[in-house]
Amino acid sequence: MNAIATGTDPILEIDGLRTEFRLRGGTITAVNDLDLTIRPGETVALVGESGSGKSVTSLSVMRLLARKVGAIAAGSVRFRGKDGTVRDLVTLDEESMRQVRGNDIAMVFQEPMTSLNPVYTIGDQISEPMRVHQGTPKGEAWDAAVALLEKVGIPDPRRRAGQYPHELSGGMRQRATIAMALACDPMLLIADEPTTALDVTIQAQILELMQALQRDTGMGMLFVTHNLGVVAEIAHRVAVMYAGRLIEDGPVREVFRNPRHPYTVGLLKSMPKLGDATRMKKAGETLNAIPGMVPSLRNLPSGCSFAPRCSYAIDACRAAVPPLAAVSENHHSRCIRWQEVRP
Amino acid sequence: MIETLLAVRDLAKHYPSQGTTLRILENISFDVAKGEVVGLVGESGSGKTTIGRAVLRLIEPTSGTVTFDGTELTTLSAGEMRRQRPRMQYIFQDPFASLSPRMTIGEILTEGLKIQKIGTAKEREERARKALEHVDLPADAYNRYAHEFSGGQRQRVGIARALALAPEFIVADEPVSALDVSIQAQVVNLLRELQQRLGLTMLFISHDLAVVEFICDRVIVLYLGRIMEIASSEDLYASPQHPYTRALLSAIPMPDPDAKADRQILKGDVPSPANPPSGCVFRTRCPVALEACAGAVPALREVAPGHFKACIRDDLG
Repeated sequence: MNAIATGTDPILEIDGLRTEFRLRGGTITAVNDLDLTIRPGETVALVGESGSGKSVTSLSVMRLLARKVGAIAAGSVRFRGKDGTVRDLVTLDEESMRQVRGNDIAMVFQEPMTSLNPVYTIGDQISEPMRVHQGTPKGEAWDAAVALLEKVGIPDPRRRAGQYPHELSGGMRQRATIAMALACDPMLLIADEPTTALDVTIQAQILELMQALQRDTGMGMLFVTHNLGVVAEIAHRVAVMYAGRLIEDGPVREVFRNPRHPYTVGLLKSMPKLGDATRMKKAGETLNAIPGMVPSLRNLPSGCSFAPRCSYAIDACRAAVPPLAAVSENHHSRCIRWQEVRP
Repeated sequence: MIETLLAVRDLAKHYPSQGTTLRILENISFDVAKGEVVGLVGESGSGKTTIGRAVLRLIEPTSGTVTFDGTELTTLSAGEMRRQRPRMQYIFQDPFASLSPRMTIGEILTEGLKIQKIGTAKEREERARKALEHVDLPADAYNRYAHEFSGGQRQRVGIARALALAPEFIVADEPVSALDVSIQAQVVNLLRELQQRLGLTMLFISHDLAVVEFICDRVIVLYLGRIMEIASSEDLYASPQHPYTRALLSAIPMPDPDAKADRQILKGDVPSPANPPSGCVFRTRCPVALEACAGAVPALREVAPGHFKACIRDDLG
C-alpha cells in the first residue's frame, strides 16, 4: 500500500467546490473552496471530524444533497466517464446524472442497510443496476450477481443471492453492498465510512477486500473516514478537512511523517498508540489532547477556523483565511506558519 | 494487601428468543481490587456491556453472584439495592441519549442525590457544582440545558452526574466512542485524572484497545460471552496468549503507513449465541484450532503469574 499511483489523467477533479445549506437561522457553508483530484487506481482518504464537510463532499460529487436545503454554490466537479469524455457533474442535467450514479460512480455507505432494501433479495438488488444501466437480461444479470457475491468473498453465493438482507451478518451485508457498487464496473467508488459500523476483525476483512478489488479493477476510490489507522492502511493520498475546508493534503506517508498543519499534528498525536500506551502510563504522560472544540459552522471564527485551538496561532491567523501553501510539489498546508510546525 | 471491591462468580445471562435460548454470558468470574481499573474488551456480542449492566443490576443475571465490598448484590431487595446505588455509578456511551433534554444540567446532577435523599437542597447544589468543577465545565453550565453543549461537554456532564454521588465504583461503558477524535483524548485524560485523584475503582468497557491499554491496569478479553484471557495490560499487549487476543490486536489498523501489516485476518463471522459452538466458542474462527477444541470448554488457566487464558494450546510460543 501507499505506493504512488501511476500518473494518468484524473478521473475526478474537484475545483473550488462550495456547498451550502439553507437552514433556519441562515446559510452555512459545509464545504468551502475545495480542490481534490483522484486518478485511476488511486485511493484518496478524506479525513475529518463531525461537521468537517467530508461526507457533504461525497454527496456533492454524487449530487445527492437534499434538494430544498443543500446546493452546490460554486466550483466544478469534472469527471471522466467510461467513454473518456470529461463532464462537469455540477451542471449535468438530472437524467444524465442518473446514468452516472451506480454506473460510472458507485457509493458504499457506513450502514449497509442505507443502501439495501429490506424487501428485495440480495441477488435482485445487485443485478438491478446491470439491468437498468446496461440492459443486461435478467437471468444473465442474476448469474453476474452470484459471481460478484463470490468475488466479494461471500460463501455459498448462489444461496445467499436468494436471501434477504436481514438474513446476513453486518460484515456480509457490507460485502453485498460492495458487490452492488461494483456491478457496473465503476470508474470511481466513493466509500463513506464503510467499516466504521463493523467490528475490528471484520473491518480488517473488508479493507483487505477493497484493496484487492481496486488492484483488479483499477478504479479510483474516495474513502471518507475519521480513522487515521484506516487511512494509513488503505490510502495513497490523504486530504484533511476542518470546518468545511481542506487544511492539508499530500501522499499518506509524507503527511503522516511530516505533517505541516497543527490540526493534523494534533490528530496524529492525540490518540494513544497500541503498544506505546503502557510506556506513556508508566512515564506519567497524558494524551496530547487538542484543547477546545470544533467550531459551529454557523459561527466560524474569523481567519483560520482552527486558530482558537492552535498553539501556533498569531494575530495574522485571525485576520484572513490562510491560503494553501505548497510544502512540496504535491503536499499542501493551509497554515501560514507551516514551516515552523513540527510533528 | 490487595482489597477486593468487586467479586463476580459464574455470572450467566440467557435470553429466551424464538423458542431457543440466547447464551449472552456464560461462566464469567473475575475480581476487581479497590482502586483498580479493569478493562472489558471484545467485539459486538462479546457480552461486555451485559457484564457492566449485570454487575450494577441494571439487568438481572440468570445465575451467578456479584459481591460488592462483601455484600452479595444479586439477592438484595429493590430497596436494599437502592441503598447501595450511590456507591456504584454508570457512565453511558451516548451523551445525546443519556441526558434528559427537559432538565437543566443542575437538575440532572442533583436528581440522584434527591432520590437518595442526600443532603438539603443547598448541599445538593454544592455537590453538583463541585462535580462540574471536577469535569472542567464552567459554573454557568448549572442552569443550562444539555442541547446547549457539544458531545464532549455532554459526556463531561455524564461523568459529573456519576461523580455527584461520590461513588467508589464506576462502570464506564464506551465513554469516548461517540466523541470526535480530537475530543476523545480530552475525556480519556479527564477520566484517568479523576480515577487517580479520587481513587475510583472502575470497570472500563471499550472496543478501542489502545485507549484500554492507556487507562486500564488489567484487561479481560471476551468473545461470544466467554472470557478468553485475563492479564495486566502490560502483559496482555506485550505477550497476548490467546489466539483470539492475538488476532484482535493484529486487526487494529495502526496510524503509521510504515507499520508492518503482518496481519492475521480471521475468517468468517462471530457465531450466533443461540447456537454457540461446542467446546471453545472461538474454535470455528481460530487459525490454530485442533479437534480437541470441540470437545470441552477450555478452563481459564493461569499461564504466568496473574495471566490467565482459556485455550488448551500451550505450544504456540
